[in-house]
Amino acid sequence: MTGLWDIFVTAAFVDNMPLTLFLGLCTFLALSKRPEAALGLGVAMTGVLGFTVPLNYLIYQGLLAPGAWVWAGLPDLDLSYLALIAFIGVIAAAVQLLEMVLDRFFPKIHAAFGVFLPLLTVQCAILAGSLFMVERSYNLAESAAFGFGSGLGFALAVAMLGAIRKRLVYADLPAGLRGLGIAFLLAGLMSLGFASFAQMAVAQ
Amino acid sequence: MPQVPSYWSTLTTPLIRQNPVTLQILGICSALAVTTSLVTALTMSVSLTVVLTLAAGLVSVIRRHIPDTIRLIVQIVIVASLVIVIDQILQAYFAEISRALSVYVGLITTNCLVLGRTEAYARHHPPLPAMVDAFGNGLGYSLILIVIGGLRELLGKGQLLGAQVLPLADAGGWFTPLSLMLLAPSAFFLLGLLVWAVRSLYPAQIEQPEYAPAQLKSPAE
Repeated sequence: MTGLWDIFVTAAFVDNMPLTLFLGLCTFLALSKRPEAALGLGVAMTGVLGFTVPLNYLIYQGLLAPGAWVWAGLPDLDLSYLALIAFIGVIAAAVQLLEMVLDRFFPKIHAAFGVFLPLLTVQCAILAGSLFMVERSYNLAESAAFGFGSGLGFALAVAMLGAIRKRLVYADLPAGLRGLGIAFLLAGLMSLGFASFAQMAVAQ
Repeated sequence: MPQVPSYWSTLTTPLIRQNPVTLQILGICSALAVTTSLVTALTMSVSLTVVLTLAAGLVSVIRRHIPDTIRLIVQIVIVASLVIVIDQILQAYFAEISRALSVYVGLITTNCLVLGRTEAYARHHPPLPAMVDAFGNGLGYSLILIVIGGLRELLGKGQLLGAQVLPLADAGGWFTPLSLMLLAPSAFFLLGLLVWAVRSLYPAQIEQPEYAPAQLKSPAE
């Protein structure tokens, strides 16, 4: 149980997706202009990551991993190079599903997302979650903990950045720094903050 | 972009003026993650440029045959297949670098830059201009990666491409390495400053304030 908790906390804070691993930055910066959209993005990310990482685990272990086809008399078959295409397919389907569910039950949230919901398909953070799961050879429970943890970490970071950027309207910035430039610097400062979580993990 | 683009301008505008990273915010995820040293930055640049150029060419060749509704899936499958090829080549011949790049090569699949260019340009243009445009964008991306990768390696370790350039203080020289440069935050700072520099050069790119402070606009916000 402590192992799962460790993975969860590490994924959420120490290896924070956008701030430490630089994953999903495109949407991280594009959607953090307003806190409401940022929060919505965070929730969607948590849902999609928590769903796709365990699912991709099952697909990878059941169909693609070396030796997965032993029962069919094909012990040498190694399809792991197909993982990328399989993962992308699963993610695209999951996002589509999410979109339909939101459209049916929460039309307001769906409208707020607009074009960004389909873009979650090409969100590097989501694909990276699945790829990390393979690289670190998590089991099913661990991959679920990892998926939820990293989704939560993303939600936290994007909500914080959204809140800060909203306050920034009162700041008198140099013209060239406005918008994207200051967002990068802010993310850098937040990243410094999150780096201290890594020290905590070491201290334990 | 001009109406009748010459190949030269298609190739050179994305280098700095229309740079995909600093202006369009495309593909920054990998741009920051792999820039701790110049070698990984270079590998990543080459991989991305190759994938982008080939993908743009392929999409452009079959652009009249792709049904509109499933074009995203078709494009992603094309890109993913190319990335798998690149990934296998790297693993076979450059095992060290491949390990250093970790999952980021696979993530070229979801690099917004690739999909952005195939979607926005290759889909409407014949193969040759599409590939030139993709190559130019690849070079623009590479330029940013190399600048940031070079700066981080130089300031963080005093090295370039693994060779000692600045004499370290430990070894009797004068240079004390800034280990912050090897950590995540410095990549954000460097890219932020780079964006600032480019926008000071081309003031047209400066973003307008999105909304004015509440009390200036209307009292009841």
